[in-house]
Amino acid sequence: MSLVYAGVLSHAPGITGRAHLVKDTAKRDELYAHFEQQRCEIEATGPDALVVIAAEHFANFFMNNMPAFCIGMAETYEGPIEDPAWLRIERRRIPGAPDLSRRLVREVMQTVDTAYAEEWKFDHGIMVPLHFLTPEYDLPVIPVNINCQGPPLAPLHRAWAFGEALRRACDSVPERIALVGTGGISHWPATPDSGKINEAWDRDFLDRLMRLDRDALLSYTDEETYRDAGQGGFEIRTYIAAAAAAGGPGELQYYTPDLPIFAVACTVARFDIA
Amino acid sequence: MSLYQLQKFLYVLNRDEQAQRQYKADPDGLLSGYQLTDEEAGALKNGDIGLLYVLGVNGQILMHYAAFLGIEWFDYLDLMREGIRRHGPVRAGVYAMTGGGASFAVEETER
Ligand SMILES: [Fe+2]
Repeated sequence: MSLVYAGVLSHAPGITGRAHLVKDTAKRDELYAHFEQQRCEIEATGPDALVVIAAEHFANFFMNNMPAFCIGMAETYEGPIEDPAWLRIERRRIPGAPDLSRRLVREVMQTVDTAYAEEWKFDHGIMVPLHFLTPEYDLPVIPVNINCQGPPLAPLHRAWAFGEALRRACDSVPERIALVGTGGISHWPATPDSGKINEAWDRDFLDRLMRLDRDALLSYTDEETYRDAGQGGFEIRTYIAAAAAAGGPGELQYYTPDLPIFAVACTVARFDIA
Repeated sequence: MSLYQLQKFLYVLNRDEQAQRQYKADPDGLLSGYQLTDEEAGALKNGDIGLLYVLGVNGQILMHYAAFLGIEWFDYLDLMREGIRRHGPVRAGVYAMTGGGASFAVEETER
């Protein structure tokens, strides 16, 4: 088996871009310490590449030609696409793994008709995780996108199937692959309600996720998610895909609703690979 | 109402440095490539975050655009609220304001 790590983490741009506006700096640093712990756990598995299942924000994929799922196959990527001073992450090139990407895509396509892309400018949805997980940008990255931005969105059961397909693909190659899903749970980002969080909904969702309760995870309708968790809640697809790829229960290592300036309750979790 | 074109303009602007330079040097030239109403073109020319928000521009590309314009975070949130005060509720899309204009970030309410 060549999936060596699977987990999830938050990616809100405020985590880096508004770090200086945080009042509770001890809480912020506690979050950063958990990202660092996740980095160490990933590093300890000796990965050859990091697959990031993200939900980008109209940076590459737009309503002119929107794929439900896409996998990067580029030599290198560039990011952040946003103003680097705003995100507080310097613009740079990030190494890809084109040959590995191609083999993964081929295997995923046995069951899911994924799109693929040799051009991809990373937005905060990938740059914030990389900032914490590969701060030297020396680990080849394979970006994966699930459209959570422009409805109609892929049904949750397809996000699950996509995660399973990614797992099968990882298991079909000799390389050691670490995989993270990155998204928001309940949040209303990029609206005047930024900072609004539905903690009860989050905790219930994360409970289903950590138990790997497939039926409970797939039972949300988009109407319910929008009502209870905001349009940002559509990003649960990335968490669901990561869980499906892992195949085992998870451990919620960190959750805090106490940094609303980051616009989401920040989360770090790891799954058993089963 | 040509919301798709309006958003396409911002999508291109957000990712294309040449478009960013042209936006500053020759906005009319850049805008002429899109089928926009006068209201939409004016909002883009003036960087009217509040009106663009109410017109239903996807929040993520609007946030990115506000950052490009150098608007500070809390001012950007206020501009969206101000847009709603002036023009009424968000007319399209999934980025409607649902919190009645309240501030949800502690840091902001203490400002
Ligand atoms: Fe996001």
